[in-house]
Amino acid sequence: MIWSALLIVLVSGPVWAGEARPLGEDPAVEARLKHLAIELRCLVCQNQTLADSNAPLAEDLRREVREMIVKNMSDKEIIDFLVERYGDFVLYRPPLKATTTLLWVGPFVLLIVGATVLVITLRRRARKVVDAPVTDEEHRRVEQLLAQGGNRS
Amino acid sequence: MIPEIGHFALILALCVAVVQGSLPIYGAAVGNSALMAIAKPAARAQFLLILIAFCSLGYAFADKDFSVLYVAATSNSQLPLHYRLAAIWGAHEGSLLLWTFILTLWMFAVTLFSKHLPETMRSRILGVMGLVSMGFLLFMLTVSNPFERLIPAAPDGRDLNPLLQDPGMVIHPPMLYMGYVGFSVAFAFAIAALLGGNLDAAWARWSRPWTTVAWCFLTVGIAMGSGWAYYELGWGGWWFWDPVENASFMPWLAGTALVHSLAVTDKRGGFKVWTVLLAIMAFSLSLLGTFLVRSGVLTSVHAFATDPKRGLFILAFLAIVIGGSLALYAWRAPRVGLGGSFAMVSREGMLLANNVLLVAAMGSVLLGTLYPLFLDALDLGKISVGPPYFDSVFAPLMAPAIFLMGIGPFAQWKKAELPELARRLKWAFGVSVVTALVLPLVMGKWTPLLSLGLLLAIWIVTTAVVGLRERLAHADGPSLSGRVAAVPRSYWGMLVAHCGIAVFIVGVTMVKGFESEQDVRMNVGETATIGGYTFRFDGTQDVVGPNYTAARGTFHVSWDGRETTILYPEKRRYPVQNQIMTEAAIDPGLLRDLYVSLGEPLDDGAWSVRLYHKPFVDWIWGGCLIMALGGVLAVSDRRYRLAWRQQEPAVVPSARTVRRKVA
Repeated sequence: MIWSALLIVLVSGPVWAGEARPLGEDPAVEARLKHLAIELRCLVCQNQTLADSNAPLAEDLRREVREMIVKNMSDKEIIDFLVERYGDFVLYRPPLKATTTLLWVGPFVLLIVGATVLVITLRRRARKVVDAPVTDEEHRRVEQLLAQGGNRS
Repeated sequence: MIPEIGHFALILALCVAVVQGSLPIYGAAVGNSALMAIAKPAARAQFLLILIAFCSLGYAFADKDFSVLYVAATSNSQLPLHYRLAAIWGAHEGSLLLWTFILTLWMFAVTLFSKHLPETMRSRILGVMGLVSMGFLLFMLTVSNPFERLIPAAPDGRDLNPLLQDPGMVIHPPMLYMGYVGFSVAFAFAIAALLGGNLDAAWARWSRPWTTVAWCFLTVGIAMGSGWAYYELGWGGWWFWDPVENASFMPWLAGTALVHSLAVTDKRGGFKVWTVLLAIMAFSLSLLGTFLVRSGVLTSVHAFATDPKRGLFILAFLAIVIGGSLALYAWRAPRVGLGGSFAMVSREGMLLANNVLLVAAMGSVLLGTLYPLFLDALDLGKISVGPPYFDSVFAPLMAPAIFLMGIGPFAQWKKAELPELARRLKWAFGVSVVTALVLPLVMGKWTPLLSLGLLLAIWIVTTAVVGLRERLAHADGPSLSGRVAAVPRSYWGMLVAHCGIAVFIVGVTMVKGFESEQDVRMNVGETATIGGYTFRFDGTQDVVGPNYTAARGTFHVSWDGRETTILYPEKRRYPVQNQIMTEAAIDPGLLRDLYVSLGEPLDDGAWSVRLYHKPFVDWIWGGCLIMALGGVLAVSDRRYRLAWRQQEPAVVPSARTVRRKVA
């Protein structure tokens, strides 16, 4: 009996030293929390996501979100709740609404305008320029200019 | 006494800057060479004076002179000497002095390496730089004087922000500023050319190496900042799309476009008008970055509004510089010739398309950075624009740019044929697509983004290999080594810089796709396994640093039963500012980083611990360094070396005799 008990202690020794426990109890809840928290702002930090922050307030908010996940609220419900309480400021992905339309369409408008201007300019240019590449004369002048070194210090 | 010398040197420097910014430009306009000749000695004198000011401030820090307000605000008697010196640029006033110092350093470099420039051009360039420096000196002397006294002196200083007490922070700002301010040279060249009306291929040839060097510094500076954030902030991210980061990234994007556009202007005489605009843009964005970071507008729009002195000065300065140069641009640019014609499908066309994409990407970053500030200023609500936004607009803009990056070098100048390009690149394309689809499966996980990232990276490398092969096949020389030597350095530079992007993309893709993270509660003796590595926590010890106390944890890391390394993360407490800092411990490696940071102490010596396994993360910074190396190779190209030694073989004999006669 005592031998078997000792055996158990010996064999289980490294196990008893043990795997560390994850901070959260349920890995599935933690995964969802992480998924949500990387798009949320820690409200007291300079510019840090809720997932990254170690601030006590962020810790509290994470706990709250965790509780909501456990209560089986959907992502949307959780986010709506947070926005209700803290405003859009808490979201790192700004919601699309009247005041943020420009923000979301701006980049693509920029691209389209840029591309259009490019094509129009090139077309117009192609009509204007017959073919005036850098001529030999210009090349010579460039070389000459580049060469006028020693005498101008 | 010493701080007064520094202060006085600043005042003298301002006087010199006024002279340097006016007389040589006027002299160039009326053709008075005596006035033009002032530029060079004035620039050198200014450099010396700012050097004196800079050293005076450094002395005040080394000497722990807490009767200087800035020294008292950003250092402490306990702070080690190297951090006291780094504290020179630890806050607002000093970093402006650093900015101006680096500006005069670039000026000094221009006086050294401009022997080959016509005198009118050189005096205009130095004149413009003098004007910029005048703005900064005025700013320092009126509202932001680093030498302001504090009477009675403080018994001790308020200390440098502990986040900045790090070797990375010692060299990151100077590097970054070398890049930022380096674009002032490209800007000065552009304005000088606009003033003189000689916007030609020679102008592009001259400003190219300067722009490339500045771009290299900026690349390394940004990479160092990102690396610093990675190990110092303690949560393992490497880019946060923080406004401060964006402020340095926007000039980089504009600068990258500029480097490419200058290539076309140099080689083909085209894009002049666009190139000048990019040069103005890159420098304006550098100024804007300084404004954003230094005016306090980021922390709070309203705080900025209550103490607007500094912000308004910078804003006015920005308006004068940007408005003035754009006005000059609008006046002069229409008279500039067009350069050679080219078809839409041609190397010019592709470079231009890439420029549009880069500038659109820059515009998006600008929009995302300023948008919340505007909304807040207009009282339309507070929003946060963070990584989800930037990732979703930036990636779609950059992916086509990177795709074009592979094709561009194959397209001929003037006009390229799509079928011919397709024929030359079909192998590279096939290999890239197949590898990108299969490789993630082999690694055990497939997502569209993973495949896309790998596709782009492999595409860059395979096209580079095909391009090099073609190039070597056409190069002269009997042996392979001879042909390799015949390939110009500028071409190697291009290849290397592009491959740096590939390495960078691999890093980003692999980290995003395969990193793993664990938040665990660890008792002494407990283990946790991540990415195949087992971490055993052996408890913490109290250690005392020069100006902090810390709990230092010990983690034995093993792989397959064999010990890999021991990591010592710390939780530091800096008593002066009563700040707690997390010092992560990292075991870097070519294929993965292991990253441990201590969270909070729990009961019985247990700690909450965050562990990361980050595959290929060092490739992110490695890629940036490779890009910068490419830039260095390009600058060391034969024609620049020759130009600087002034023994160009290309000089036509008549020109050379003329030169002798004059000399």
